[in-house]
Amino acid sequence: MATSIGPVLNVTRRELSGYFSTPVAWVFIVIFLVMSGVFTFYIGSFYERGIADLEPFFQFHPWLYLFLVPAIGMRLWAEERRSGTVELLLTLPLTAWQAVVGKFLAAWFFVGAALLLTFPVWLTVNYLGQPDNGVILAGYLGSWLMAGGFLAIASCMSAVTRNQVVAFILSVVVCFGFLLSGLPMVMNLFSGWAPQALLDAIASFSFLAHFADISRGVIDLRDLVYFALVITVWLLANTIVLELKKAD
Amino acid sequence: MNDLCIEARALSKHYGGLVAVDELSFEVGAGEVLGFLGPNGAGKSTTMKMLTGFLAPTSGTALVNGHDIVEDSLAARRSIGYLPEGAPSYGEMTVRRFLEFIARARGFEGKSAITSAGAAIERLNLDRVPEQTIETLSKGFKRRVGLAQAIIHDPSVLILDEPTDGLDPNQKHEVRHLIRDMSSEKIIVISTHLLEEVDALCNRAMIISDGRLLVDDTPQGLIARSRYHDAITLVVEQPEKAASVLSELPQARKVELREGELTVFPADGKKLFEVISDTVRENNWQVSELRLEAGRLDEVFRQVTQGEVS
Repeated sequence: MATSIGPVLNVTRRELSGYFSTPVAWVFIVIFLVMSGVFTFYIGSFYERGIADLEPFFQFHPWLYLFLVPAIGMRLWAEERRSGTVELLLTLPLTAWQAVVGKFLAAWFFVGAALLLTFPVWLTVNYLGQPDNGVILAGYLGSWLMAGGFLAIASCMSAVTRNQVVAFILSVVVCFGFLLSGLPMVMNLFSGWAPQALLDAIASFSFLAHFADISRGVIDLRDLVYFALVITVWLLANTIVLELKKAD
Repeated sequence: MNDLCIEARALSKHYGGLVAVDELSFEVGAGEVLGFLGPNGAGKSTTMKMLTGFLAPTSGTALVNGHDIVEDSLAARRSIGYLPEGAPSYGEMTVRRFLEFIARARGFEGKSAITSAGAAIERLNLDRVPEQTIETLSKGFKRRVGLAQAIIHDPSVLILDEPTDGLDPNQKHEVRHLIRDMSSEKIIVISTHLLEEVDALCNRAMIISDGRLLVDDTPQGLIARSRYHDAITLVVEQPEKAASVLSELPQARKVELREGELTVFPADGKKLFEVISDTVRENNWQVSELRLEAGRLDEVFRQVTQGEVS
């Protein structure tokens, strides 16, 4: 599983150029910006709180990503399989792992770019008060890492089927599971019969808990490792699924 | 063991209970243009997908220029140029961008990727369309883009899955011309279900059916297997009478009358043309057509793949 970076970046570059030649990218960016604005200023009561921070902005990101990231991820492999280009890509001299990482990075950079375009929110809060910009930076980092986790799941689900709609729905369901594990409604299903170790394990899978830590400005190594692991494991699963399903 | 060659060793692929390719073994050497012939579902594409590293064989392996396709897939892939069935490509990219991507994936860097993409564009006469997105191109042009990406690194082994399928006769002619141009110093493997293609392009033909190798021969050898090989067909005014006279000839094995055409089959190894034209002259028959049959590939194909003798 050698990961020489050249072939990976070549795939990333090709993939990214593909985004902007179709309307998908622009639609995604516009919806993402509008929705994050709506959540922050209306539902999040940004002004009414009277506190100069971006908590109302970040606290809705998990829910925004729940639907928007699978929309970006669903085409990653389903489209390659539908159009037959997967056969072209995987007979080039690069490993499936390099292809998987390359395509994932493209989508992740793209989501990162959309996230950066929310900078007017940051300007606004700095204009209105003196926020702790370190915390805001941590929030952006955490948000991007979480998007990566969602995206790795969506990429894997996209390799399961050549139908993008099915890939989207599967991704939302799995992402929802990861988002909610740790919340009472999930934990109640297990508490009472499952051993405490399992309960702790399930709770520790929660995106929300790890994201909440980082977005409060506490960059704990454990949270970073958590997201790095989630991404790696799902991309490994993605590679395996791809190897199994590519010929169907 | 780095000679230019493909060597398949008991290559097999099973899908669940279905045997797609069944212990296929063969060798191909430099300068050979090998045609994989076979009915749909015979295992031609599956064999090619294994050779190019897309599918892992269930058992067996193959060496491409000495590189094992299972153990050393990347090295094997580097020496292969591959046109998958239907010539898939990224439709939203322009021809030039697409070929530059392939060039970089094939190990060209920076300027040399741009140069080699340009060379491929020139080689396949794509100069009119390099800035067009691939999805807007006609089928013939798309196929040329597919061929361009396959030859961009000047591979010594070229594997083309149905390179002319779905093209009109002019486009077919053109693609065949391109392939013939490249064939001298390479190994080319082509799959097709078009018999005329084998005749037009290949110097070796393998008929595959149900994943097994049935015949491995030259196209001429294949045609010679036809019972029509060296037969004479003539259209004559009184065919019944002529048939009875011709069937008396010691050189003739059999005479058939079909839709006004009289076909005389030679006895083993006998030549018919002279003796028949002499007979025609002696009897003063009014002959409107007289031709020597080379043999019929489609008939050999049916005979081999279905065990049918018409």
